[in-house]
Amino acid sequence: MIYAEILAGGKGTRFGSPDLPKQFQMLGSKPIIIHTIDQFLLNPRIEHLLVGVPKDWMSYTADLLRKYVPEHQRVEIIAGGETRNETIMNAIRHIEAKYGLTDDDAIVTHDAVRPFVTQRIINDNIDALKDHDAVDTAIPAYDTIIHVDADRIITDIPDRKYIQCGQTPQSFNIRKLVANYQALTVQEKEILTDACKICALKNDKVLVVAGEPFNIKITTVFDLKMANAILMERDNDK
Amino acid sequence: MINEVYRLFAPKQFRVDLVDEQPGPDDVIVRPTYLSVCAADKRYYLGDRDQQTLKRKLPMALIHEAVGKVLSDPMGQYKLGSDVVLLPNTPFVKDDVIHENYLPSSHFRSSGYDGFMQSFVVMRRDCVIPFAKADPQTMVMAELMSVGHQALWHFDRVAHQRRQRIGIWGSGNVGFIVALNLRKMLPDSQLVLFSVDAKQMEYFSFVDEHYLVSEIPDGLRVDHAFECVGGSAAGMVINQIIDHINPMGTINLMGVSGDAVGINTRMVLEKGLSLLGTSRSTHEDFAAVIDLIDGNEDVQQYLSTIINGVVDVKDIKDIYTAFDAALAHPFKTVMRWEI
Repeated sequence: MIYAEILAGGKGTRFGSPDLPKQFQMLGSKPIIIHTIDQFLLNPRIEHLLVGVPKDWMSYTADLLRKYVPEHQRVEIIAGGETRNETIMNAIRHIEAKYGLTDDDAIVTHDAVRPFVTQRIINDNIDALKDHDAVDTAIPAYDTIIHVDADRIITDIPDRKYIQCGQTPQSFNIRKLVANYQALTVQEKEILTDACKICALKNDKVLVVAGEPFNIKITTVFDLKMANAILMERDNDK
Repeated sequence: MINEVYRLFAPKQFRVDLVDEQPGPDDVIVRPTYLSVCAADKRYYLGDRDQQTLKRKLPMALIHEAVGKVLSDPMGQYKLGSDVVLLPNTPFVKDDVIHENYLPSSHFRSSGYDGFMQSFVVMRRDCVIPFAKADPQTMVMAELMSVGHQALWHFDRVAHQRRQRIGIWGSGNVGFIVALNLRKMLPDSQLVLFSVDAKQMEYFSFVDEHYLVSEIPDGLRVDHAFECVGGSAAGMVINQIIDHINPMGTINLMGVSGDAVGINTRMVLEKGLSLLGTSRSTHEDFAAVIDLIDGNEDVQQYLSTIINGVVDVKDIKDIYTAFDAALAHPFKTVMRWEI
């Protein structure tokens, strides 16, 4: 069974404003998170869709779903955790309690603030899960990546052909991910915020599928402005 | 819902536009699965239209031949995941006399309005027709077949009943589907094919005779004829038909010509000929050919023979590959749409 979880656990501290958390801000005709949910609801291979949001925003999210998503009953809202990984673990606990778990069950996790994800990317993630326990999504690095030390002195400039920029979805065989996560110490759990990194460190082969340059993460006010600039209205005369 | 719309914005240049779709409660959301490239799409791709037309119509998503799967239907009329043919013509006016494919108020996709090269297509529910049996990769020929069906409907209404020998000029896609429709509609008539291309004529196993246009016997006559050539040769072909058609025959004109064509009107008058223009198709034509294809394995097989290639499309680069393949082949190129 393929599950998906939209990760919206963050409260948007990076936005640096008293505005709504970024996932709830408007992009064109709808809040960002709704666009993302729409994209996953339209993929017939995903059987259950979960959304992990901060506990205090669960009712708010339910209201948004009722307002914007005709098929809102298909979306299960769960409380996010303290960290990104804990939000994923909360979803897995929910799945286990409600549906039970089998060795083949997998979860596609995706940032709520990447509303431009495509069906091709989602399908490539699901296809890759047939032969891999962990899947990441990335695009080639167009900029040169430089590694600096604490004094801002360059220590390395990695060869660009081996550098990719990570996006989401990130997808996992659920039981494998849980085993890897539980093997971490408390300190490791604090440092390792990326679930694919956990799998890679545990020597699981994480396959990378192609993302899209426009599958951007809306983190800053500038990003939101960019996203609104990218998004076009449907011209009914076209 | 954010949709990716793959638009041609200049000759040989596609881009992806991200569009904020707001489907109505009555709309059906369909994911295209197979798209087929038409000659009209090739002309846009090459920029083979006058500059004013290109300026007016681009940017635009190409392709008006498609099948897909229903992903969402708020009214529950269509089963989710069911296969449907997508109709390119969206009528807005109901006219008891003029058919929807000839009404200027209708929107035709990939001709001024976005075609099917999109991640999803928001369709009015009366513009999709389900099918059950045929392979979707073959059913994508339904639009082409419907155009032939429309021509035959027109022919049937006008042409006199002596239909022993019917000529088809042109061995391209339109010639093929006209001949195939004729074979099913008039199983006892003799179908005679005329073309410049001996190799292409070999695909037409279901016609009775075929001739190179340079080698037509002087005394050969047909009762009615279909012109399926168009382009710069249209005039020459129409006049050749006029020479070889019996009095009071009908000539269906189906080939698109960019230029005005000189026709031997003296002989049109002398023979009392009827010239019919047909273009595109109606909902009824679609329904009829979908039944025909779904219910006849031989029709499915014949249609499969003119699919030159199927290109997997996962990104914009693959779209160029598909169009370049379509330009290189005489019959149909199909895109398996996984973008």
